[in-house]
Amino acid sequence: MSVVKRTFDAVIVGAGGAGLRAALQLSEAGMKTAVLTKVFPTRSHTVAAQGGVAASLGNSTEDNWHWHMYDTVKGSDWLGDQDAIEFMCRKANEVVVELEHYGMPFDRTDNGKIYQRPFGGHSQNYGQTPVSRSCAAADRTGHAMLHALYQRNVRANTQFFVEWMALDLIRDSEGNVLGVTALEMETGEICIFHCKATIFATGGAGRIYHSSTNAFINTGDGVGMAARAGIPLEDMEFWQFHPTGVAGAGVLITEGVRGEGGILRNGSGERFMERYAPNLKDLASRDVVSRAMTTEINEGRGCGPDKDYVLLDITHLAPETIMKRLPGIHEIAMQFAGVDPIKEPIPVVPTCHYQMGGIPTNYKGQVVVPKDGNPNAPVAGFYAAGECACASVHGANRLGTNSLLDLLVFGKSAGETVVEDFNSGNLSLRPLPSDAADVSLARLARLESQTGGESVFDVGLEMRRTMQKHAGVFRFDALLKEGVARIKEVAERAKTTEIKDKSKVWNTARIEALELDNLIEVARATIVSAEARKESRGAHVRDDAPDTAEFPNGRNDAEWLKHTLWYSEGDRLDYKPVNLKPMNEDTKPIGLAKRTY
Amino acid sequence: MMINKGRLQWQCRRALLELDLVFKRFLERDFDRLDDGQLVALEELLRLEDHDLWAIVNGSKPSRNAREGAIVALLRAP
Repeated sequence: MSVVKRTFDAVIVGAGGAGLRAALQLSEAGMKTAVLTKVFPTRSHTVAAQGGVAASLGNSTEDNWHWHMYDTVKGSDWLGDQDAIEFMCRKANEVVVELEHYGMPFDRTDNGKIYQRPFGGHSQNYGQTPVSRSCAAADRTGHAMLHALYQRNVRANTQFFVEWMALDLIRDSEGNVLGVTALEMETGEICIFHCKATIFATGGAGRIYHSSTNAFINTGDGVGMAARAGIPLEDMEFWQFHPTGVAGAGVLITEGVRGEGGILRNGSGERFMERYAPNLKDLASRDVVSRAMTTEINEGRGCGPDKDYVLLDITHLAPETIMKRLPGIHEIAMQFAGVDPIKEPIPVVPTCHYQMGGIPTNYKGQVVVPKDGNPNAPVAGFYAAGECACASVHGANRLGTNSLLDLLVFGKSAGETVVEDFNSGNLSLRPLPSDAADVSLARLARLESQTGGESVFDVGLEMRRTMQKHAGVFRFDALLKEGVARIKEVAERAKTTEIKDKSKVWNTARIEALELDNLIEVARATIVSAEARKESRGAHVRDDAPDTAEFPNGRNDAEWLKHTLWYSEGDRLDYKPVNLKPMNEDTKPIGLAKRTY
Repeated sequence: MMINKGRLQWQCRRALLELDLVFKRFLERDFDRLDDGQLVALEELLRLEDHDLWAIVNGSKPSRNAREGAIVALLRAP
């Protein structure tokens, strides 16, 4: 197959919030910039973000970045790097005000300032009282953000390659990154994007789980590409879950349902939360409810033929209350669970929502790997931002509204670093090796010639079910060990998947097969890293690491205050220190403490 | 007018999970039986922004015309 080559100063993979923010920085600096995206930019999953973007503007209540930094470090269960967290919190006001100038329709206070509302985990005065820190545009913050950034990019002449899927990272023999190979869906052609700088902004990989709130496009393409190219993945054991997603679908049922009196029941109809949280019962915090649900299911007290979900019951509420206060929930239950919640309870399971780990970067957006004794040596020509990257600001657990902030701050920062490197002559168009497209061509040739293989759907389903059962929200040593072996088997099966449709043009089956290759890398990274981490921290909670006097919340700082690095080759694990030192000498580090709210 | 069905099928991949799930069922069950007029209506529907599309699909906003309403009925059918 002939391979066309296109040359740019920079290529950005992904056109969600992080990719668009980075692209803007480059295009406005006059760099010739290509953005590759599987779907039209304003249909990226950033659209689903409703909560808002955190910034200590102090428009509604007194606030400052020190308090925001404290909340973020504590939220991360001290696994976040304090230099990156300081950087993000200090930059928050700047990137939000910038966005306002780009035309983002933020909600306003009476005197015309950006309106701010409170959000879980954000506080005044180092955990004392709730603070109003979230800036939102009604319930469409992510969507409005994408529009503002997209329009600005069009003005700056960013060149978009829409309905293109990046396939593989191109590196030379010294490990420098030279661009990517990509597939144009409309023609089926393979193209090399040869450039001085490559930025990954491909979002998360929540589709590795059977129950996930993520859209189907969230297949971890950048994370998978980086892993195949020998870049380690950082802290992939940390995934944020929501307790009540519709079983089998993943669509979220808001906490408001339990607020209105919804009750969780197990297979025998028991209100089991009374045993786990006698006071708060069904209104206990997300992690407590999720763990209780998992325990019920694991101990055989689930519902349904496979006893693999529990029920959220609102049948005791007056139908008028349901229709008036929870109209969206009625529709969601009817559409996605096939039940009328006025008459029947809704099947629910803990559901994967957000990937805290990813491609390791520093706060400048440079991808960093261990080299010659330096745990954070930049990879020349390679940058990443947003959910696919791990800066690491979320550590073991992300605070709400910090994800939109992450993609703005680190999208911009990665862009600024590229522009600086470009202007100072540190970036060059390095010669392409003759085999630059061989890996991608071999993957496609394999799909073309494969016969007698399993379907992509079947192998993907096995991966999602295995991850859900063995590396879900509450983790057990024996299940994790068994899960590692199973995922390795699934990964072998993924190497011989077969697609019946061999056509080149708009072949969705072929795209899904290529996406599975990326998901499998993420699934392996997640379960291998999770099995190895013998403590509980943030979103990684193990049954055999409970809350004790010696290890509060099951956290073991003496042994495990470190970042995991997983390498695809041989499922090798390495670790690197957490940076507990802020960026500036004047900034006081946030000392280790038990995470309680 | 020629409508590329493969392209439409890909464009049923959306930003919101709710829409992905509805379109998955629709692609498996209804898509192959659509006539040219219905394909045009689908194409117009897919040009909507995701929140607006979801509002029409979940019934909180009305369809804009009868042709669109017929596609929405297929999308909503259990």
